[in-house]
Amino acid sequence: MSTTNIEEKQFLLRFKCDTKSHLTVLDHDVCMTQCPDKLCTVFCPAEVYKWEGKRMQVGYEGCHECGSCRIGCPYQNIKWEYPKGGHGIVFRLA
Amino acid sequence: MPEKFDVIVVGAGPAGTSCAYSCAKSGLKVLLIERGEYPGSKNVMGGVLYRKQMEEIIPEFWKEAPLERPVVEQRFWMMDKESVVQFGYKGLEWAVEPYNNFTVLRAQFDQWFAQKAVEAGALLINETVVTECIVENGKVVGVRTDRPDGEAFADVVVLADGVNSLLSKQLGFHREFRPDEVALTVMEVINLPKEKINDRFNLEGNHGTTIEIFGDSTQGNLGTAFLYTNKDSLNIGVGTTLSSMIKAKLKPYELLDYLKKHPMVRPYIEGGESAEYLAHLIPEGGYHSVPRVAGNGVLVVGDAAQLVNAIHREGSNMAMASGKMAAEAIFEAKKEGNFSESSLNRYKEALYGSFIIKDLEKYKDAAHTFEKYPQYFKDYVPMMNQAMSKFFTVDGTPKREKQKEIMRSVTAEKGTFKVMQDIYRAWKAVK
Repeated sequence: MSTTNIEEKQFLLRFKCDTKSHLTVLDHDVCMTQCPDKLCTVFCPAEVYKWEGKRMQVGYEGCHECGSCRIGCPYQNIKWEYPKGGHGIVFRLA
Repeated sequence: MPEKFDVIVVGAGPAGTSCAYSCAKSGLKVLLIERGEYPGSKNVMGGVLYRKQMEEIIPEFWKEAPLERPVVEQRFWMMDKESVVQFGYKGLEWAVEPYNNFTVLRAQFDQWFAQKAVEAGALLINETVVTECIVENGKVVGVRTDRPDGEAFADVVVLADGVNSLLSKQLGFHREFRPDEVALTVMEVINLPKEKINDRFNLEGNHGTTIEIFGDSTQGNLGTAFLYTNKDSLNIGVGTTLSSMIKAKLKPYELLDYLKKHPMVRPYIEGGESAEYLAHLIPEGGYHSVPRVAGNGVLVVGDAAQLVNAIHREGSNMAMASGKMAAEAIFEAKKEGNFSESSLNRYKEALYGSFIIKDLEKYKDAAHTFEKYPQYFKDYVPMMNQAMSKFFTVDGTPKREKQKEIMRSVTAEKGTFKVMQDIYRAWKAVK
């Protein structure tokens, strides 16, 4: 079967997770008070960002390292680095 | 004492590997650094590799490279909700040497290509992130990595670190990109038996087809979708500018699922098994977004230099050509023993004199025009579908009357002047 939702899509992937996040929300208050749309929770292709009422939850373990959140955050509120060498997503095909 | 190289290349994608390979071939001492577990493990592409630029690096590469299918047919779809206007070209001259282009799976292709650079003499180090360039007296002299004691030095550092190119941003070669300068693209590899693929796409043997899909594939947003045939899998993907995604509040994977369920697409992938899901940015700012590409002791190539022609889905070929040009400039600089910006600017001159920048210049206003005037994707594609439907539905109306009706419906919606203006604007953007 071909996938029908993001959970199934992410399940296809192999990740070699680091213990430390390579994505950092610089100021959680900015998400809370200035960003009603929480756009990163919409356009992130891996649903890494989830708003939990008070805080932005960052599931860096499932990140594709595309860079959209860094460029798309309207408040430049995301510090974006590469995971440590050899870590993060491991594409096997395309 | 850390080792000194002639050249350090950051990133083992098509641009970096081409550069490393070409430098090693001409006898330079090359270090190629890759952050992934292996070259290709971080790299994503819809899947079309052009023969010409690759062949200029490795002649007759198709005899040994891991390729999927030579593409013999290129189709274009203008898709509405329950219909599609199609055109395309199929030619068997593309089925034989020297071929035109191939579908590839990048994780496999990039590993093979990097191995060729190693065989040519380059030293490849995987699982290593370059955190910054080491700059001394205004000249890049090496790189710092995330390994312990991880410094390495060279006469020239080549930044082939991809679309995000944190390194050239660090050097001040470009500012942070805007959401309208990048396209967010997601894709899936879907396994399907070879016989099914050949039946559904009307193909023989190892022949391949590519389909580019406009219109409802992006729900009218600025972007495209694609459906490409591999040996025994399909690549299906969709992307729009990040700014369109933000504006329309689109979730990229939902757009992909919408495409997969679309009645015009569904029959092609029916029964397939998803094998991988991938997301990546494509630099689509074009000519105006190309950063500074040469400095003292440093060059920028490939996606890192924003070398993508989105309209013609060309990117990896430009990456390879730019990597080779960089290698040639380094070779000349080495002969003179001069690695200053003015010497390395040979690369910039070659780049700007080549098809790469000429093509980017040709389309320099295209992305901006289509982003600013969304009617091309939103209105004209459905109109085209309606016109075809009307014209080919036999209902006793004389054809001349049908033509008039179609023209009337187009101009009634927008006004004759608006339509003329739209046509002129689109022509100007791509002429």
